[in-house]
Amino acid sequence: MKNSIGRDIPEVIEGYGETIPYVGAFETQPAMKRQAPKVKTIHPRKQKLVDTLETVFQQIPITDGMTLSFHHHFRNGDGVVNQVLATAAALGIKNLKVALSSVFPVHETLIAHMKSGVVTALDTNYMSGPVAKAISKGMLAIPVVLRTHGGRARAIECGQLLIDVAFIAAPAADEYGNLNGVQGPAACGSLGYAFPDAEYADHVVAVTDYIVEYPLAPISIPQCRVDYVVKVDCAGDPKGIVSGTTKITKDPVGLKIAAMAAKVIEAAGLLKNGFSFQTGAGGVSLAVAHFVRQRMEQEHIVGSFALGGITGYMVEMLEKGFFKKLIDVQGFDLEAIRSIQTNPNHLEVSANFYASPFNAGCAINKLDVVVLGATEIDIDFHVNVVTGSDGVIMGGSGGHADAAAGAKVTIVVANLLRGRLPIIVEQVLTATTPGETIDVLVTERGVVVNPQRPELLQQLLAAGLPVKDIHDLKAMAEKIAGVPQKLKTSDRIVAVVEYRDGSVIDVVRQVNQ
Amino acid sequence: MMVAADNEEEVRKVGQAGTLESNDVMITVAPGEAGSGVFIDLTSIVKDQYGDAIRRTLLDVVAEQGSRDIYITVADRGALDCTIRARLLTALTRAGAVGKKGVV
Repeated sequence: MKNSIGRDIPEVIEGYGETIPYVGAFETQPAMKRQAPKVKTIHPRKQKLVDTLETVFQQIPITDGMTLSFHHHFRNGDGVVNQVLATAAALGIKNLKVALSSVFPVHETLIAHMKSGVVTALDTNYMSGPVAKAISKGMLAIPVVLRTHGGRARAIECGQLLIDVAFIAAPAADEYGNLNGVQGPAACGSLGYAFPDAEYADHVVAVTDYIVEYPLAPISIPQCRVDYVVKVDCAGDPKGIVSGTTKITKDPVGLKIAAMAAKVIEAAGLLKNGFSFQTGAGGVSLAVAHFVRQRMEQEHIVGSFALGGITGYMVEMLEKGFFKKLIDVQGFDLEAIRSIQTNPNHLEVSANFYASPFNAGCAINKLDVVVLGATEIDIDFHVNVVTGSDGVIMGGSGGHADAAAGAKVTIVVANLLRGRLPIIVEQVLTATTPGETIDVLVTERGVVVNPQRPELLQQLLAAGLPVKDIHDLKAMAEKIAGVPQKLKTSDRIVAVVEYRDGSVIDVVRQVNQ
Repeated sequence: MMVAADNEEEVRKVGQAGTLESNDVMITVAPGEAGSGVFIDLTSIVKDQYGDAIRRTLLDVVAEQGSRDIYITVADRGALDCTIRARLLTALTRAGAVGKKGVV
């Protein structure tokens, strides 16, 4: 069966079940009640603090076939996933499903647990490194479910991703289970992606290396949802958790693209008081913020809010008055941690508040502009951020498809050629974000407007921007680099790519060898 | 038919050109045994998309220069066609294999 963007999706995928085909960014409607987690009680004298993960496994008890969830705020410094799975392996537990919001190179130990049958299923929004490579080569018998950040929150809340035990990597905790992300050696900032897990899992375990006197303040995840607190020697490596200051790109091509993207925002008439904005933490994305800021300064514009993963650059814009608020689901550096801890206008929000499509309104719906990247974009504007040029998984939507759906204007910035590869293709290998939610592509050799946005096209033309047809720009790239041969994949499905509403927008097929 | 002048186009020693920077290619040519033909050892970050095109370009340049028994090692980092031609021509020059049709 083909979904509405022409992707071949089997009606039933073994190990996944029946598929709901993608039919449009806002077409699939919810028809369920929210998941109701187990009602809990605790005797007033009962202690939550336990010495070891083994004790937690035995007390819950954790058994074969359960779903364990984790969040990714510790990024490549995470120590919690590996410690929990090592405990599971030592206790001889098999068949676990790991629902980890993003998988990083540090999670390489997952491969050994998959080989030994401790872990047999994976549910995530993004993966890079050895695990992604192993999955792409057919490591797991059943396909990985790839979601968006908002889609994961939705799946948890709607009872489509049922969590037996949520392990919360907690930079700071008290002995009764109040948690925050801003204190202790493993401080990571916002804990937003862990909120749905804590809210809906049957059992919630905080894992921390920093215990403070009761009651902890501030509280991000409250004691009334947390069943156990485990003190470990080290929850994470700060060097992998927080990055150094992310610098604006120095690459002249990147700067040219960024400057052009800023002009697009202005030409679209969005750069005015109350402007709201999301951009990534990468060098080019930050450069867009830099050029936008210059114009805001010249025109005395005060924006409403900046959203998403927060970097020191965004903190500076908040503190200098360019934006009134920051809405933060994940912080990337020490500045972001300092700010969320001290500035009441820097808000910590859940993945649900940030981006879930099935609630009474998420933050991305209030976005004017989002600037996103792409591995590939096709002539129908569908974007791939899941698979690389070799067909191996090297990312995932994260918030890509969510923000694209919500923003008034979604801008994809990309070099026309990445290495030798043209960024514009006939058909992307893996569709992650549907073309109907992408408005503008900015490359160093021209700007393309989605034909579904004729009014925007007129605005950009009126502003004198170098607007081109996507077919012409594709031909230009191919003239320089040659026409690439199409990648061959096998038929076996290694990952199911869910759109934020839970419909299937595409599948990832195993790469040869 | 073998003519004396053709010998000047044979690779006599190892020649190398290029770098491992993005969008460049490092090409090493070495003499092959008589009658071994052209052997290409290709690694490329875009092998799936451009492997055949890269081989065609290499064979074209080798043929243009009249080299016959040659071992070419190619470490490609996404170089464009013009870069691949230039690097191979330089490697051949350094190997003493570019004669009258070579770069000026």
